[in-house]
Amino acid sequence: MSEIQQKKTTAVVDQSAVAAVERPEYVRRRTIGELLRGDLGFLPVLATLILVVLYFEFTTNGLFLTSRNLSFLAQQMAETGVIGLGSILVLLLGEIDLSVAAVAQLCAVVMAVCSERLGLPAIVAIPVALVAGALVGLLNGILVAVVRVPSFIVTLAGSIAYSGLLLFLMFGQTTLIVRNDFIVAIAGSPVSFLPDYLGVGLPAVAVILYAIGLLYNYTRRRRLGLRTQSLSRIVVQIVIVAILVGAAITAFESYNGVPYSTAILFGLILLFWLILTKTSFGRHIYAAGGNVEATRRAGINVVGIRIAVFTLCSTLAALAGVIQASRNTAVYSAINPTLLLDAIGAAVIGGVSLFGGRGSAWAIVLGVLIILSLENGLTLQSQGTDIQQMVEGAVLVIAVVADALIRRAQARSGSGR
Amino acid sequence: MADTSVPSVGETPFPPAHEGVPSLRLRNVSKSFGAVRALTDVDFEVYPGEVVGLVGDNGAGKSTLIKVIAGVGPADSGEIFVDGQPVRLSSPQVAAGLGIETVYQDLALCDNLDVVSNLFLGREDRSFLRTLDENLMEYRTLEVLRTLDVKLPSARTVVSSLSGGQRQSIAVAKCILRKAKVVLLDEPTAALGVAQTKQVLALIRRLREQGLAVVVISHNLADVFEVVDRVVVLRLGRRVASFDIKNTTPERIIASITGAEFGSLLTAEESNGNGLQGGK
Repeated sequence: MSEIQQKKTTAVVDQSAVAAVERPEYVRRRTIGELLRGDLGFLPVLATLILVVLYFEFTTNGLFLTSRNLSFLAQQMAETGVIGLGSILVLLLGEIDLSVAAVAQLCAVVMAVCSERLGLPAIVAIPVALVAGALVGLLNGILVAVVRVPSFIVTLAGSIAYSGLLLFLMFGQTTLIVRNDFIVAIAGSPVSFLPDYLGVGLPAVAVILYAIGLLYNYTRRRRLGLRTQSLSRIVVQIVIVAILVGAAITAFESYNGVPYSTAILFGLILLFWLILTKTSFGRHIYAAGGNVEATRRAGINVVGIRIAVFTLCSTLAALAGVIQASRNTAVYSAINPTLLLDAIGAAVIGGVSLFGGRGSAWAIVLGVLIILSLENGLTLQSQGTDIQQMVEGAVLVIAVVADALIRRAQARSGSGR
Repeated sequence: MADTSVPSVGETPFPPAHEGVPSLRLRNVSKSFGAVRALTDVDFEVYPGEVVGLVGDNGAGKSTLIKVIAGVGPADSGEIFVDGQPVRLSSPQVAAGLGIETVYQDLALCDNLDVVSNLFLGREDRSFLRTLDENLMEYRTLEVLRTLDVKLPSARTVVSSLSGGQRQSIAVAKCILRKAKVVLLDEPTAALGVAQTKQVLALIRRLREQGLAVVVISHNLADVFEVVDRVVVLRLGRRVASFDIKNTTPERIIASITGAEFGSLLTAEESNGNGLQGGK
């Protein structure tokens, strides 16, 4: 604290530090290709989403962009999005977790068994499911970080074992109906929507806090004599965010309101975005994904970070399982076959690198929207599973190829993230 | 303790500026790997504001000596003093705690992070609710980089887009931020172009101006002659010579690196001039 005070006073004298070190003329003019690989990397993804949406809007005669369909899409988003968020954490380390779908289902079964067979209240059953997920993740993490088994082997083997375990817990049943009111209320009932004052109020508060944060940061940088963006650019940034949030909220409110599950998804994205960008823990995740040896030499406990990330990933998968069980008001012994690749694919489509160290928590929004729009749109067109799976597979391959090409181009030019 | 005379071949007296207590001093340090004696009774010392070049052929014991000083591979016997106090350099953490920092050839930077994040990796400044204090870190980054006279597009540039010389500067700045007293640079100019090498040599001079003790391990005698005050030569695990750079020539240093007869080497290699390589 005293150090900060001291800096404030010296800042007045030391205005020249910035000018002495930072030389804007050293910034090369970047080509459009480089920009698209760097800061504007989300633009091609956004363009793809808009194309997909427009295509289905025209081919389904306007069925796609109805509030009802969008609200349905948003509820579908929650499970894939929450699992994808966990996958992002693991991908940032340059690892992969192939057990997330099995873990989600397993934990949903654990919860259903607790609440329906054992008659425990939801307030116990849900935490038990989350703890089960955390334990699974802990085991994955220890095998990967301490025993040093490649993560795809650990989690692939794990996913087989966990699907066996969930069959065991189901006692041969294929479906277990969930009747617990509290659990069903999360996503599976007509009342699973935020009341209007919260549906509008919470996002509004978030946007206001965001604006305050940017402006506070601006004044603080000015005081320390650091280079700042122009005030008008910051205002434009705030306005864009406010418009996006406002448009989304209007769309939701024109139907039933903001679903709980969507609120949970976006709350978690915000939380993990803050963790990844504003805490040492998040910084160290990126560092370990970029250069493990350098991170270790900086005195950072890489083993601990790996274990924590795998634990978080599986806990998020467990939460997704709970949401899924609630939306279906049942748990099944069969694992959704596309959930795993949808989640990881959404992260990669959104711009998270499979090679580690690159990507944002927000990547999951665009990624999930593209994947689910395809699924949803093809269903509206009454296409069969055959076409759906071929299209989705092709999109995933395109995203992974793009990631590999970006990485190679960066290695060649030595630029950008 | 203040006994600074280290008798060996080709020894010249230290310049008066370096009288006093050495920042780092090794006495009779030995280390063996099984039957192989990598270091035998090696003495080494570096004073504040002095740049010492450590040269020798492959297998002469340079890397072993650096590992002893960095705490990576502790010595079997011998004494080590930091600022005159006897210490045991048992691990890299202990060495870093005593103000000894090593910049390895691979620089240990995270290419996907920006300059500020790299400089403060593992030692982030935090504020409100333990969140990162990015602005304070950026401010301190600019201060440190200014003392080293480093120029960058921005402190928020991703490290992968910097040049080799700039990356070396960032790795050195990391040591300064950790309040290093002794900085070991392992082959700082290897794999750098001419302009970048100049940049790094200027950086080393700036470290000297700030009163740090600098040890440069290098194969390139031309670079050594441009920047160091004194050269310590190792051969077959022994310290065979210490030259004041002002009173010596590359030929004499090469002679003691290779152990060749002084006169015969001088006549044979004289025509090769200043840019001789000190070993393969």
